[in-house]
Amino acid sequence: MNRPASDVFATQAMQYIPRLRRYARALTGDASAADDLVQDALERALIKHKLWREGTDLRAWLFTVMHNVFVNQVRSAAVSRTMQLDDTLLAGRAQPHSTDRLEIRDLDVALQALPEEQRAVVLLVGLEQMTYEEAARVLEVPIGTVMSRLSRGRERLRRRMQGLPETAALKVIK
Amino acid sequence: MSAHPVTEAELQAYVDDQLPPSRAAEVAQHLVQHEDDAQRVAAYRRQNEALRAAYDSLLTAAVPARLQPVVRRRWWASLQRYAVAAVLMAVSGIAGWQLHAYIAGESAQTIYLARVAAVAHAVYSPEVQHPVEVGADQEEHLVRWLSKRLGTGLKIPHLAAQGYTLVGGRLLPDDRGPAAQFMYQDGKGQRLTLYVRVSKEAREQTAFRFAQENKVGVFYWLDGRLGYALSGETDRAELLRVADAVYRQLNP
Repeated sequence: MNRPASDVFATQAMQYIPRLRRYARALTGDASAADDLVQDALERALIKHKLWREGTDLRAWLFTVMHNVFVNQVRSAAVSRTMQLDDTLLAGRAQPHSTDRLEIRDLDVALQALPEEQRAVVLLVGLEQMTYEEAARVLEVPIGTVMSRLSRGRERLRRRMQGLPETAALKVIK
Repeated sequence: MSAHPVTEAELQAYVDDQLPPSRAAEVAQHLVQHEDDAQRVAAYRRQNEALRAAYDSLLTAAVPARLQPVVRRRWWASLQRYAVAAVLMAVSGIAGWQLHAYIAGESAQTIYLARVAAVAHAVYSPEVQHPVEVGADQEEHLVRWLSKRLGTGLKIPHLAAQGYTLVGGRLLPDDRGPAAQFMYQDGKGQRLTLYVRVSKEAREQTAFRFAQENKVGVFYWLDGRLGYALSGETDRAELLRVADAVYRQLNP
């Protein structure tokens, strides 16, 4: 009935819930969607907890699980998401901001305008303060990919925050 | 003298303080001469700050109940043992049991327990010549002696299955009288200590709690009149694994 491994896992995992929530909040741009994502990720993590090797980085492992859940959700909701971005979010940000100090809502909108893969890297590094190696492990991509996504994501975010013309790349949003 | 050209990846790493200091100095030099790069770096740093300013409140916000049970369900499973113990104690008529005690907040007494155990661990675990007063080769004597001094029957958990062998034990002064410390060691010489103290009046039972005193991590709990604290300079998961084994041996 009692399984120490899951006890260990559960107590350890609990301490990362606030971090998972913070990342999910920024990633999804919506508080309740974020908690849905965290909940789905925790459930999945508990089911799969035996795949986590004790003594290895649990934070990275949990973020990987959550990232995979997120990617699956984004894929299955790809069509409706595109509509939302084009029609609502982008229209709402027609006026360029005069300063870098954005309100949370502005930041949410600016982040949501980034392709999901760039947004994830910008947040894992900038918000979660992971090393590039850790981010590469979480996203299961080569470190060079992390670097190029980071560079493109940050530049796009900067242009948006400073009210500079969008780069041509924005049109590529799927 | 001429440095390698600064790459885009290095500019990013400079933003995130992920460059070795020597290279960071070279990048800083590059930024002095390249205004556009300097502006980008400054903007990216402001992005990081803005992200944290916007979302860091979630690190301290209360976690919604719907997220907690997902994890606690498992943790509570281990606490079912306490519930069983509660029923047994109630049935056997032991007075003074208070179910709420282990759900309620931490008392000053348990905090004291964690601290004094961590200090005792820090003092004796590095000891090469005299880590214990009575060695494991005289285990029977050790149990009898410490049981007598603490005025209660003690049991020494055996942790071979967890990879630790008993080194021995010693008597220690606690704020209310004698306390006991048992020392264990794994194959690599990593030591854990189990601190045991007796309280005359309190009969409460708590869940495992964790405290960190400098490098020493402590899992501690109260079980009737006895307070236990398992200390070690090891990671929390390992310590919990052993604490769980200790608890189960003491409460078969």
